[in-house]
Amino acid sequence: MQLKHDKGALRRTLALAACALAGGSHPASAASQPWSLDSAVLFYNEVDRVSVVEPVVFAKRELADGGSLGLHGLFDTMSGASPNGAVASNRTQTFTSPSGNSTYSAAPGATPMRSFRDQRLGVGLDWMHPLGRLLRSNLSATLSSETDYFSLGLGDTLSLDSADRLTTWSLGAALSLDQVQAEGGAPDALTLLSAPATAGGGGDESKTVTELQLGLTQVLTRSALLQANLAVAQHSGYLTDPYKILSVVDASGATVDYRYEKRPDSRQSQVAYIKWVQHLDEDVFHLSYRYYSDDWGIDAHTLELNYRYELGGGRYLMPHIRAYTQTAADFHRYFLVQGEALPSAASADLRLGAMDGRTLGLKYAVPAAHGGELSLRVEWLQQSGEGHPAEAFGTLRSYDLYPTLNAYIVQFGYSTPL
Amino acid sequence: MAYTPIIPLLLALVLAGCSLEPVKPWQRDLLAQPSMQLDPAPVDSYLDGHIYFSKEAASGGAGIGGGGCGCN
Repeated sequence: MQLKHDKGALRRTLALAACALAGGSHPASAASQPWSLDSAVLFYNEVDRVSVVEPVVFAKRELADGGSLGLHGLFDTMSGASPNGAVASNRTQTFTSPSGNSTYSAAPGATPMRSFRDQRLGVGLDWMHPLGRLLRSNLSATLSSETDYFSLGLGDTLSLDSADRLTTWSLGAALSLDQVQAEGGAPDALTLLSAPATAGGGGDESKTVTELQLGLTQVLTRSALLQANLAVAQHSGYLTDPYKILSVVDASGATVDYRYEKRPDSRQSQVAYIKWVQHLDEDVFHLSYRYYSDDWGIDAHTLELNYRYELGGGRYLMPHIRAYTQTAADFHRYFLVQGEALPSAASADLRLGAMDGRTLGLKYAVPAAHGGELSLRVEWLQQSGEGHPAEAFGTLRSYDLYPTLNAYIVQFGYSTPL
Repeated sequence: MAYTPIIPLLLALVLAGCSLEPVKPWQRDLLAQPSMQLDPAPVDSYLDGHIYFSKEAASGGAGIGGGGCGCN
């Protein structure tokens, strides 16, 4: 009884929230429609690096007009260490945090890592709203807040079905307005860490991302459909990572100083994406391929397969395979050389270097009460790059300049109608 | 670079292998199943999207928006 009572109270609260957000649909009609809930807790662990715990809740409500309202919320707790961009050295390296309040060290031969701890709160709203028999709008708004970062996103996608509803065209636009509130202020780009009088002290920085996407979904047969998207994005503003640095090395390869990194203040990217969904007697697979290219010189290919293997009784196993490869950004450097002219942009961020990634995962799901689902997902990710690049010389040759990343995720999921 | 021929290959396979006879309204039983939706597990895709956005240089494709974070 108590449970039933609580459920009713929750439903009324959610219905009221929905009405407020959707701009005043009638509460009585809202309360008569069911909600559904999709939730998960993700544990993400990189070996010797970052750990993240992320609970996430998605709630969805079908609206009387044939549309739907979705709300989601998440809370990330991140801790650990990530490479700061500096290369390994034959001596202990000590770094001062941008605020000047703390220091951290890397042992001889070790890749320098900056420790951090942060939390992120994110909320979002999706409102699907029919505009006609075949046309609908999907409006989305997101907010994300961290200690040193704030993001506001808005987007809308219009979808138009063909009269036989076998083809759907979509056109979407999205805008993201972000604030970078770096600890100690954003440092002056490419300044030496040994010259703190000129480094740091900057205020908040901002960046804007605008995206446009054209999509096509086509039912091919009774058991197959295909989705194809083309998208462009323009990133403008402060695109630098305020915590990343580059080592400055002498002619022997020994580190003599460090500089803050600098990325261009504009980035244009294009994406082509295609997904094939196929039903095979009982099982279903989703196969997708993405080509990404941007004017920083990065070309990336992603191939992904999910195969849902039905075990009977609503239970299933879903293996997941993902392969990824990217070329380096034009301004990616493993290090800077003392005495050489400073480039206009430089970053040693491993994520901007040439790299290959692979993921293997398995999800197991069982039916839960009232048509819900319980699931467990376990995955292994690996990223590797060129640890001994041709540009390395002297003592740098003895170090792995691209240490391989291994990460594991464990995710518990639960979905249910309310 | 290794996967460059995959788009045309995939297209050729799909177009050659499937007769594009229009699917009738009463033949949509399989297409209506939750597992046949373009994004059958939105929470999984959301979390994966966040992970790869923070670990790789490329992003986007399946959808737009979603909000930024300080992770990249």
